[in-house]
Amino acid sequence: MRELLKVQNLRKSFKISAKQQKIQNTKERIKVAVDDLSFTAYEGEVFGLLGPNGAGKTTTLRMMSALVKPDQGDVLIEGSSVVKNPDEVRSKIGFLTSELKLEEFFTPNYLFSFFSELHGVGKAEAAARKQKLFERFGITKFAEVKVGNLSTGMKQKISLVISIVHDPDIIIFDEPTNGLDVLTAKVVTDFLLELKDQGKTIIVSTHIFSLIEKICDRVGVIIDGKMAVCDTLEHLTNEKSLEDKFFDIYAERAGETYEK
Amino acid sequence: MKNSIMTVMKKEFTRFFTDRRMVLTTLIMPGLMIYLLYSFMGSGLSSQFGSSEDHVTSIYVENLPDSLKNLAGGEAPVVFQHITESETQQALKALQDTEEGYDLVAVFPEEFDAQTAAYDVASDTQAPAVKLYYNSTDTDSQSAYNMMRDLLDAYESSLANKFDVNPGDEAYDMATDEDLSAQVFSMMVPMLLMVFLFSGCMAVAPESIAGEKERGTIATLLVTPVKRSHLAIGKIISLSVIAILSGLSSFMGTMLSLPKLMGEQENVNASVYGIDDYALTLFVILSTVLVIITIVSIISAFAKNVKEATGWVTPVMIISMLLGVTSMVESLCMTEPVWYFIPLYNSVQSMNGIFSMEPNLVNIIVTVIANVGYAGIGVFVLAKMFDNEKVMFSK
Repeated sequence: MRELLKVQNLRKSFKISAKQQKIQNTKERIKVAVDDLSFTAYEGEVFGLLGPNGAGKTTTLRMMSALVKPDQGDVLIEGSSVVKNPDEVRSKIGFLTSELKLEEFFTPNYLFSFFSELHGVGKAEAAARKQKLFERFGITKFAEVKVGNLSTGMKQKISLVISIVHDPDIIIFDEPTNGLDVLTAKVVTDFLLELKDQGKTIIVSTHIFSLIEKICDRVGVIIDGKMAVCDTLEHLTNEKSLEDKFFDIYAERAGETYEK
Repeated sequence: MKNSIMTVMKKEFTRFFTDRRMVLTTLIMPGLMIYLLYSFMGSGLSSQFGSSEDHVTSIYVENLPDSLKNLAGGEAPVVFQHITESETQQALKALQDTEEGYDLVAVFPEEFDAQTAAYDVASDTQAPAVKLYYNSTDTDSQSAYNMMRDLLDAYESSLANKFDVNPGDEAYDMATDEDLSAQVFSMMVPMLLMVFLFSGCMAVAPESIAGEKERGTIATLLVTPVKRSHLAIGKIISLSVIAILSGLSSFMGTMLSLPKLMGEQENVNASVYGIDDYALTLFVILSTVLVIITIVSIISAFAKNVKEATGWVTPVMIISMLLGVTSMVESLCMTEPVWYFIPLYNSVQSMNGIFSMEPNLVNIIVTVIANVGYAGIGVFVLAKMFDNEKVMFSK
């Protein structure tokens, strides 16, 4: 299988402000968010990043999307380096996170055209793709309604559509179903499966075990910025459920106990 | 990828021009409010210091001397009414009560003409006294008092007329109408333009940059392959255009209401300037707006939200206003080209030169080149900031 995405010894640390030091009751001035992280995703594969809050999942995805620069290491997207060619990387990926917001003043129609232009998608191609995606997500009848007047679920669907205007081969989703009602969450999950069937490479970060079990081929468990385990879903769950396996790994790596 | 600059610009224009609230508050309201404010101020000032045009001034005179019987109030309609000593008290009461038709009560001594003819200025005796009673809270009464004083002063001068100064209708003031206009415009317009241009920039840049950070929409833009420099250029050019339109609105409001504010002064008008003066002004204004927008954009990129950005930009606006005042102080108007590398000061002084009809081409060229250079550096800095996660994603 062809390597589409290669994460190599990635490291990222942040300075902790005096205020944060107080809140976190620590004297440490530096917080290592991601520490020597490496993994590879192959063509047509769905790779899940699993970990508790603050484990470094979002920072890893931001570095993969060339939004944040790594202190060390690199990410190669179809051979393009996020360190050397960040613009090239951005043109090859679709990135969706709940932190990315849409201008509420604009309509879905306008936003689709705007982001298509920024991605260099031709007008005819953009129009055909818009029609297909808008119909798939039931956006067509809201296409001329300002985003600010739409429901949270519809906004998330529009964000999802906008993130893939250029039909990328690699799609990175950070907590794609977070905060969504069950109906919208199902629409998003089903779409991820459709993308998988189309042979797209998907990196998905989540702490929802059922989502991982439903769509992922391989899973990387991140704890304290380090890759604790990276294996196929099949291997990870051959003895125990994914949830039980995760807590075992967590207790072992973080040295903390938990209640089942 | 130059198309991405156009795409960013189109988006900024669409965002602005399809938002009726923003168009109203940024383009229409500034000009309209300035026009209304200055017009009302002009009307207020003229009514404060002068009678209304259709008012007939009523002056009640006790013992009106023959020498003054032919006096008239110039262009203003005046009616002199003779009253006796016993009627004077009644007229004073009416004046105190600001009754309609009572503007001034003048009391001359009996035999005023004889007394003035006999009076020797070198003697120690009391000069004949004329008493003018008026009510300062009534503008018509105040005007009547001023007019009567002028008449009496002129009459007093004519009694001892030994020589005349500037007699006849000959023009003694050698300043032309152009000089007068140049003096007024070169003092006021550079400062007003700086204020209006800065206000225009403040109305749009914090909203477009700090606002996008605050709403999380800038991150959505940064995920796309658009170059940070293209994003910075697209934003700065589009915001500059909008800021110029906003500044133009304020400028038009000012120019249209200025005659009302200045009491319809005939000698001051903007038609004394030629097309070349306006072209030079336009170049200076364009380069100035680029500098201001760049400064405000960089500050806005550092700020976490619009409120913080506006707070940080305000001191810079005050500095630009102070620099605007330098056009009013001759000792602060430098002519050496080196001074024209100082941003904002160079714009004020270049405009001062143009409006005083003494434009220095070298200094204007230095100003425009320096400003475009500073804007270029600003675009570079802004692009770096768009690429800096600490700046863009700080909470």
